[in-house]
Amino acid sequence: MSTVERDKAKAGSNGNGKPYKVIGTRPIRHDGVDKVTGRAKYGADIHPTGLIYGVVLRSPHAHAKIKSIDVSKALALPGVRAVVTHKDLREPGDRILELGEGAVNLRELSNNVLAADKVLYKGHAVAAIAADTIHIAEEAAGLIKVDYEILPSVLDVEAAMNSGAPLLHANLFTDELGQKATQPSNVAKHFRFETGEIEKGFAKAKLVIEREFRTATVHQGYIEPHNATALWNADGHITVWTSTQGAFSVRQQVAELVDVPISHVKVIPMEIGGGFGGKIRVYLEPVAAILSKRTGRPVKVLMNRADVFEGTGPTPGSYIRVKLGVDAQGMITAGQAYMAYEAGGYPGSPIGAGAMCIFACYNIPNGRIDGYDVVVNKPQTSAYRAPGATNAAFALETVVDEICTQLKLDPLEFRLKNAAREGTRRVDGPVFPRVGMIESVEAIQSSEHWKTPLTGKNRGRGVASGFWFNCGLKSAVSATVNPDGNVSLVEGSTDIGGSRTGIAMQLAETLGIAAEDVIPTVGDTDSVGYNDITGGSRVTFATGYAAYEAARDIQRQMVGRAAQLWEVDPSQVTCEQGSFIGPEGKKFTFKELAALVNKTGEPVVGRGSVDPEGCGGAFATHVVDVEVDPETGKVQILRYTASQDVGTAIHPSYVEGQIQGGAVQGIGWGLNEEYFYDAQGTMKNATFLDYRIPTCYDLPFIDTIIVEVPNPGHPYGVRGVGEVPIIPPPAALANAIAQAVGVRMTQLPMSPPRVLHEILAKKS
Amino acid sequence: MAKKRIVSTTINGRQVELLCEPRQTLLEVLRDTLDLTGTKEGCSNGNCGACTVLMNGRPVVSCLVLAVEAEGATLETIEGVAPVDGLDPVQQAFLENAALQCGICTPGFIMSTKALLNENPDPTEHDVRFYLSGNLCRCTGYDKIVRAVLDSAQKRKKAVAAK
Ligand code: FES
Ligand code: FES
Repeated sequence: MSTVERDKAKAGSNGNGKPYKVIGTRPIRHDGVDKVTGRAKYGADIHPTGLIYGVVLRSPHAHAKIKSIDVSKALALPGVRAVVTHKDLREPGDRILELGEGAVNLRELSNNVLAADKVLYKGHAVAAIAADTIHIAEEAAGLIKVDYEILPSVLDVEAAMNSGAPLLHANLFTDELGQKATQPSNVAKHFRFETGEIEKGFAKAKLVIEREFRTATVHQGYIEPHNATALWNADGHITVWTSTQGAFSVRQQVAELVDVPISHVKVIPMEIGGGFGGKIRVYLEPVAAILSKRTGRPVKVLMNRADVFEGTGPTPGSYIRVKLGVDAQGMITAGQAYMAYEAGGYPGSPIGAGAMCIFACYNIPNGRIDGYDVVVNKPQTSAYRAPGATNAAFALETVVDEICTQLKLDPLEFRLKNAAREGTRRVDGPVFPRVGMIESVEAIQSSEHWKTPLTGKNRGRGVASGFWFNCGLKSAVSATVNPDGNVSLVEGSTDIGGSRTGIAMQLAETLGIAAEDVIPTVGDTDSVGYNDITGGSRVTFATGYAAYEAARDIQRQMVGRAAQLWEVDPSQVTCEQGSFIGPEGKKFTFKELAALVNKTGEPVVGRGSVDPEGCGGAFATHVVDVEVDPETGKVQILRYTASQDVGTAIHPSYVEGQIQGGAVQGIGWGLNEEYFYDAQGTMKNATFLDYRIPTCYDLPFIDTIIVEVPNPGHPYGVRGVGEVPIIPPPAALANAIAQAVGVRMTQLPMSPPRVLHEILAKKS
Repeated sequence: MAKKRIVSTTINGRQVELLCEPRQTLLEVLRDTLDLTGTKEGCSNGNCGACTVLMNGRPVVSCLVLAVEAEGATLETIEGVAPVDGLDPVQQAFLENAALQCGICTPGFIMSTKALLNENPDPTEHDVRFYLSGNLCRCTGYDKIVRAVLDSAQKRKKAVAAK
């Protein structure tokens, strides 16, 4: 079930003052037929002539020095064409490259792609082989002899922060509130956000609760493993076919790591089988490129599932301490958080975003947040859907719930009272424009789910809210008017979940034509203007904005053409509902004029190029009913409803889909998912059998309530949808479990053994 | 390296003779030798269902079948699902219900759904969730997939009744 709560008047006033024709409808996606017939080409499906295969050799140790690498036996195997190591990449130096959802240090990126003198986690890439078949390449990998000096490893954030912990980097000195420390440590950075006077705030409180939380390392879990195919041509130009969230970002990263001018790299973004933030930084692309350079052949490199778990971006495990004070009226007086996130082998966890999000749903008059970015011997973390925010919300929203329970406050009323709203200042500084936290809570309050009492033993209901910034960044599109009246749209945002249709719909709405009359294509880096990554919930907002601009550009040109044909001044021509109206009842439909365009002058090509400021933050509130089996600790979800302010839902089905998919990832994070390590730092569950993501059998339908508080910063009010729904589920589940069986879970995942442990501890 | 073998099989209604090494999986041969890349690889060890094909009418994960085992078998892959002049009701239902986001899991789900509906033309929600639990999707939360499968069953019934 899904409902769209649209404020019609508001929605209209953000667009053309009229109800929308295309926006809010549910056309079949343009790439749909290709994807249900198996014709769509994903990264692993590409097969250029002369293709050979690459395999990456990975470290079996969590922390070791590489003393030497002997590739002679591997090279001697018939069918092997090249072996490369870190030496074949260039040393790019300590420069910072902004990837769109986090930045990287190029030296570290290069070391992560192929380790230089040290491996920092089990699965760290060490060498790569190109051979005639993948089987020969695999055999050859086994023949490479790496001499390691094994070092003690440290796997969790608290242990890594201890003095005396094994150090990952001898030259890492903590950036301590802006000052560089004098002793090396695993803490890359400690920063602080502050507002008001924290001690005074707590002094005013009637109830102060402080708790600690721990969350496990989890993976984005996209079903398609990473892949890259590259051809380094004799003219020094490189073509890369890959599944990525950002073709232009891959272009830049590859150019930097293999040392060619950026325009010598052409990235062809293939269809992508999920990313969730994990397919932004490069892993295989530069490796495929240098293997191709050495062999003169196109080289395809694929990861297997274990490589994906052990070698690519998990999201950080974390330690968080939260202290919250409320007065007798149930108003928050002060909040304090200590947050330490695992970065993996190199600095760069999403601690910054986590710290900005932790209190963002509420008005916190006095607040302090201390954030720590900590390196550990685990794979380098990558963005994962609202990076950093889910860990934070698990901690805060659980404390909020405990306060409500103790003070006998309704948890939704508490949220309404304390909700962030227009004018609320976040602890880290920014002041909110018009946002929909209150509306997301009210939507749950008036839902069937909330109004239906939950009965039965060992059952409980929990709620939680979440915030994500969303982002704008740069997008460019071009659109050509065809003689049949259809418009070909070339955009550069790789489409992970139907976004090309959402973008096409905004073009169609603006031109007054049907969604089906737009033919969208995702272009390669030589065929479309620069586009930042697909991530941060920005594509429907920013690339949609670019499509709107392109449509306006087309309209201007077509108005000019109509004026020329009618021999009137362009100011006498107006656009109405897709038609062009001139004086004395003159009229062209879009199709009629399109048919005349190429016969009467230059082609009509619209251009949209934007870097919009006004992205609007998103809020979500979820409610879940669970039943806990007191014998096993297993948590069964009985009912789930998610409400979210999306600004404007362009294609409601895909908005619902984002909410449902995000919620279920949050459920997996909350209940099951976790990296298990042995003492040597080897992941023990690097398969989909043992790293258990939710299946359809684990879940009920996920009900959604789409709330539309239009974003004033977008022509159609779009905010962005994808990130925020992953944030509330772990906390909502923890709160439901507390109500069901009276135990407060403070560690993720809340898997059966952990829940059972708490139940038994409470009994004894 | 062991000698290559000739395997004779029927794929999507056509007789196919192919040459493969004994160690090659059916998935690898479908994708790399026969260019039937609609069958997807998500894990290579039987845990995700992306590589599901029908072998003698039963769903199998083709990453756990050796190509030589296909000798004499009848195989159906995603490329064989649609009739010449349109889409299968299952494909249509997946589109209409927006049951795919990235779409990498979709061929596997469609093949499993075909098998389910052959066995059980009128499944309940529970039947669907049970039967499809070997197919992983990370994007959709399964809501719209389950609805699409239930809708497929209705569409198929209508199509049969119309014949
Ligand atoms: S690839 Fe065969 S089950 Fe995953
Ligand atoms: S749609 Fe992406 S995995 Fe199912």
